[in-house]
Amino acid sequence: MTVLVLGGGPAGLAAAVELRRHGVPGVLVVEREAEAGGIPRHARHQGFGLRDLRRPLSGPAYARRYAELASSAGAELRSETMVTGWPLDGPLELTGPRGRETIEPDAVILATGCRERPRSARLVPGSRPEGVMTTGTLQQLVYLKGRKAGTRALIVGAEHVSFSALLTLAHGGARTVGMVTELPRHQSLALFRAGATVRWRAPLWTRSAVTAIHGRPRVEEVELTDLDTGRARSIACDTVVFTADWIPDHELAVMGGLELDPGTRGPRVDAALRTSRPGVFAAGNLLHGAETADVAALSGRHAAANLRQGSDPFLRVVEGWPGARVPVEVESPLHWIAPNAVAPGAGVPPRGRFALRSREFARRPRIEIAQDGRTLWSGHVGRLVPGRSARLPHDWTAAVDPAGSPVRVRLASRG
Amino acid sequence: MSGPHDTDVAIVGAGVVGCAIARELTRFELRVTLLEAGPDVGAGTSKANTALLHTGFDAKPGTLEARLVARGYELLGEYADRVGIPVERTGALLVAWNDEQLAELPGIAERARANGTNDLREVGVDELYRREPHLGSGARGAIEVPGEGLVCPFTTPLAYATEAVLAGCDLRRSAPVVSASRIEAGGFRLELPGGALTARYLVNAAGLGSDELDHMLGHDRFTVTPRRGELIVFDKLSRPLVSHILLAVPTKVTKGVLIAPTVFGNVMLGPTAEDVQRKDDTESTRAGLDYLWAEGARIMPELLEHEVTAVYAGLRAATEHSDYQLGVHAPEGYACVGGIRSTGLSASMAIAEHVRDELGAAGMPLEPSAAAAPEFRMPNIGEAFERPYERRDLIERDPDYGRVVCFCERVTRGEIRDALEAPVPATDLDGLRRRTRAHMGRCQGFFCGAELAERLGSA
Repeated sequence: MTVLVLGGGPAGLAAAVELRRHGVPGVLVVEREAEAGGIPRHARHQGFGLRDLRRPLSGPAYARRYAELASSAGAELRSETMVTGWPLDGPLELTGPRGRETIEPDAVILATGCRERPRSARLVPGSRPEGVMTTGTLQQLVYLKGRKAGTRALIVGAEHVSFSALLTLAHGGARTVGMVTELPRHQSLALFRAGATVRWRAPLWTRSAVTAIHGRPRVEEVELTDLDTGRARSIACDTVVFTADWIPDHELAVMGGLELDPGTRGPRVDAALRTSRPGVFAAGNLLHGAETADVAALSGRHAAANLRQGSDPFLRVVEGWPGARVPVEVESPLHWIAPNAVAPGAGVPPRGRFALRSREFARRPRIEIAQDGRTLWSGHVGRLVPGRSARLPHDWTAAVDPAGSPVRVRLASRG
Repeated sequence: MSGPHDTDVAIVGAGVVGCAIARELTRFELRVTLLEAGPDVGAGTSKANTALLHTGFDAKPGTLEARLVARGYELLGEYADRVGIPVERTGALLVAWNDEQLAELPGIAERARANGTNDLREVGVDELYRREPHLGSGARGAIEVPGEGLVCPFTTPLAYATEAVLAGCDLRRSAPVVSASRIEAGGFRLELPGGALTARYLVNAAGLGSDELDHMLGHDRFTVTPRRGELIVFDKLSRPLVSHILLAVPTKVTKGVLIAPTVFGNVMLGPTAEDVQRKDDTESTRAGLDYLWAEGARIMPELLEHEVTAVYAGLRAATEHSDYQLGVHAPEGYACVGGIRSTGLSASMAIAEHVRDELGAAGMPLEPSAAAAPEFRMPNIGEAFERPYERRDLIERDPDYGRVVCFCERVTRGEIRDALEAPVPATDLDGLRRRTRAHMGRCQGFFCGAELAERLGSA
């Protein structure tokens, strides 16, 4: 029995640890970076590991801890290795410094994570100067390579990660001249917002869009447009950091022929984190935009537990795979829901909940879940904040008609 | 050839045309100096175009452009195979979307025949949708141009420059010509930031700056008005949507917006066509992108569901004349190669031949070089050909070819190293991108940006 874990970030490593804990003999984690650990490797702030390891750690310490846990649990970790082929019928192809090899695992846990949409994908016009980056690049420049990150920076976005970018810029010697969001307010914690104003004197411009970037060879100015008045103004800066706007790194998922969910753009999974391809689970931030690392790790653990549970003997991984699933779809302004399929025998979703995201704020939202005109659940959930997940119960899944139409989730009222 | 001048031939401009001329002239006993104002070869207009290998089927018959594109198509196609420039012969479908356009197709086919392209074929609506099932609704018919293809716009000038440098060409980058004048006793004097350079013969391949250099030498034949073209490049996952180059029926003003695969495995939508004032105005615009988006929604709506990988804008060196502005002043030994528009990539080798012959007729001695032609092959960055990460033998010999640094484009550490040590080495991130594909993928540096910056020694 071999389980191949693709991606050595929190989700993949947590899955590997859990598989070994359940006695799965062969667990191979393939990581394309030189070091396992994923995004936390270069997120130096504190607060990692609260939900999964029950202790506060910095990102790099958390990443190291997980790599150690996986190794000491007996999982094989292969870094600098990339999956370069995954046909619909046939072995996976790995490429690394040891050469090219193929592998035919009994099951796969896909945990390739997510990334931020770069400036080009956001169609921001203007010149193409140096100094335009995502938080991912910024953190690696400053924390992994010890390099400077410009002197005057504009942060695009006002989510948790945007405030993390602010700290990274400060560490790298750059002053943040402002943060800008198209939304009417920030999406993070009041404490972070207050800190940005008081400690770093970085103003927050809401309802504003970056409408052009100018400068050569480096950024010189950014044009901001007020979405309500249409008035444009120019901000002088030499660095622009595009934060959040996450997209699952789903290239392998597509290569492997997995069905994607149009909302999350990650693989469509049921509560057991089973994808449309028999034997293939998916976990962590590949399933949707970023959640914190500990939530991703718990998702990996959940997939591993389900893999083991459903596979005794192991061949059942494939034989017990659900043939038909009922998709769960959201209506605008809801953005996505995860898991996003209902299948027989899937059990309880990770952390006992469905995660729901909205593109708009709602103070006391009432959500309605229905199938073929039949209401399965209706009730209030916590505040909806774009970029943050609200918790939705899961007990309604028992009432889903496996032969029915897709389940629809909508915002019935904003409260 | 030797004489009182610093060099026999100075070529100003290391775009695809200047590089092709340098390559051609280094095959003779000539000291060739190639001067480039920018930081790299092929880093101006040559890097930002639609990257098509044109047959020249739609050129104006009888023009120099028509002749040189047709000849250049043959030459570059053969050269590309020989030195490893990625070329994909996808063929093109020129699609009519209304009655008016449908009525134009026979005329287009006629013009193609006049240009010597005889294999055009009318394609009915059913066949069109069978071959391009993702095409938007409402197409009325098409003409197939089987010979049209894709060519790598980055490797082409680099290959020419590499061969030229290996054959002894003195390539100087970041060397803008500040002023140029004739020397009384013959030849030319060019003022460069590092001092003067004298040359017996001068080739003006300065592209957007070709009119200014021409004016410096006392001519007043044409003015370059940059015509900006904006392009949107879509994620590789969209590549299966498109099989051919999908051309529009041209109007008097523009060839229209096309959708085409790229040799890197992406899909491209563009270009716009807009005259701009400044010769460095390569900014994309809201209006341009909105226009392309609307055109994309009409031509292939499914394409727009994919992520955008890159947006860029290039400047065509358009003049008030419709044909190339190629002129050789025999007594003084000056060749002006101006007004080379978007067809310049396809025509480059034929332009070089033409310039060689004209200069030869003007008295430049064309004694074949005693040295053997350089043996070299360009690193392949085309998606349709084997890349280093796919080569067992290479990785076995050097594990760095198995270490993927740029995940999106699968560029290995070995290739990055090679690009930094090449005969024409990369000196900045853009140069590295054009030589290896590093940083040109969907994440735009999220994963590899810092690593590449470190390897380049700049951030």
